[in-house]
Amino acid sequence: MAKVLVVTSGKGGVGKTTSTAALGAALAQMGQRVVVIDFDVGLRNLDLVLGAERRVVFDLINVVQGVAKLQQALIRDKRLENLWLLPASQTRDKDALTDEGISRVIAELRTKFDWILCDSPAGIERGAMLAMRYADEAVIVTNPEVSSVRDSDRIIGMLDSKTVKAERGEFVAKHILITRYDAGRASRGEMLGIEDILEILATPLLGIIPESQDVLRASNVGSPVTLHNADSPPARAYIDAVNRLLGETIAMTVPTERKSFMSRLLGRRAA
Amino acid sequence: MNLLRLINGRKATAPVARERLQILLAHERGLRGQPDLLELLRAEILAAVQRHVDIDQDKIVIRMERGPQVSTLEVDIEVPNGAHKSLAAVG
Ligand SMILES: Nc1ncnc2c1ncn2[C@@H]1O[C@H](COP(=O)(O)OP(=O)(O)O)[C@@H](O)[C@H]1O
Ligand SMILES: [Mg+2]
Repeated sequence: MAKVLVVTSGKGGVGKTTSTAALGAALAQMGQRVVVIDFDVGLRNLDLVLGAERRVVFDLINVVQGVAKLQQALIRDKRLENLWLLPASQTRDKDALTDEGISRVIAELRTKFDWILCDSPAGIERGAMLAMRYADEAVIVTNPEVSSVRDSDRIIGMLDSKTVKAERGEFVAKHILITRYDAGRASRGEMLGIEDILEILATPLLGIIPESQDVLRASNVGSPVTLHNADSPPARAYIDAVNRLLGETIAMTVPTERKSFMSRLLGRRAA
Repeated sequence: MNLLRLINGRKATAPVARERLQILLAHERGLRGQPDLLELLRAEILAAVQRHVDIDQDKIVIRMERGPQVSTLEVDIEVPNGAHKSLAAVG
C-alpha cells in the first residue's frame, strides 16, 4: 500500500529539501516507485536539487486547478526510472492550493506509487499544514541547535493534531532525522548531543546525517547525494535511514569518510 | 588546488552550478516581462489541435528542456482515427 511521508521541520534551511531528494532517490534505487512533491509554493527548489529545473512544464497548482492532468505535470528522473517529481509553482499565489485539491492529487498518486514524499515549506502556516495534512508518516528534520529543536517540537504538536490521521484518532508515525551533524563540535560540547535531542522530543531517531561537502557538490550538479556519491558519509547515512523506514534494524552510527588509497598514502595533509 | 583535485579524484562542481543557474534564471527573468516563448508555443499548438479534434488531455504528452543555446518542446498527441471535427460538422 502507498505511504505518504512528509519531510518537515518548522525551521528553514535545516535540510528538508536535501533530505526529500536523498530519501526519495534512495527508495527509488531500492526499486520502490517514488514521487516527490514540492510544496514550497513560490520558492521551488526540489527541481534544482534533482537537476530537473529545465524540464518543468506544469506544476502542483496547475494540477490542483485542473489546468493540467497529473500525468502531464509529473517529471520522470533521467537517471532513476522509478523516481518522479511534482514541482511547486514558482509564480502563482499560495492560496491556490486547497485542502480539497491536495486531497484529490494525493489520492490519485496513491494508486500509482509506493511512496509519496512531501517536501514541506518552512514555517507553521498553511503551506506546511497542507504538506503534512494527508501524511501517514513524518520525517522531522532537526539540526543539533536550540531553535531547530524548539521548532521540531511545535511541528510534532501539529502532526498530532492537524493531520487527517490525527483527526480520525490515529497516529502519524514520526521519525527524527538529525542533519548537519558535526561530530567534532558535538564532542567538544558545542552542539546539542543526540541523546539530549531525543530526550527532549521523545520521538524515535531515523538517522544522523553528518555535515558534509558532498551535499553541496551533489546539489551543485543537480543530483541527490545518494546518487551522486553513494559511498559518501551523508549518502550512507541516508541509505541507512531508508532501510530503517522499510522496517530493517540497523545499528545507529554516524558514517565518516572512507579514506581513499591516495589520501592514506599522503597522510593527513591530503585528507 | 588542481593537485588536490587529482588526489581526491573529483571535478569541481561549482562551474556546473553556475551554468545551470544562468540558464534557469535567464528563463525565469524572461517570464516576468513577457510570456515565455516555449510556453506560448505550447499553448498555441494545443489550441490549434483542439480546433480540429477533440482530444482527451490524457493523450497529450508535453516535454520541454531549456538549454543554453536551444530549448526543445516535444508535443506528443495521440489522435484517434476519425476524430476530425469539421468532418462531423459538414457531414
Ligand atoms: N548534511 C549537510 N551537510 C552540509 N550542508 C547541508 C547538509 N544538509 C543540507 N545542507 C545545506 O543546507 C542548506 C539548506 O538545505 P535545504 O535542504 O534546502 O533545507 P530546507 O529545505 O530545510 O530549507 C543547503 O545549502 C544545503 O546544501
Ligand atoms: Mg526546502
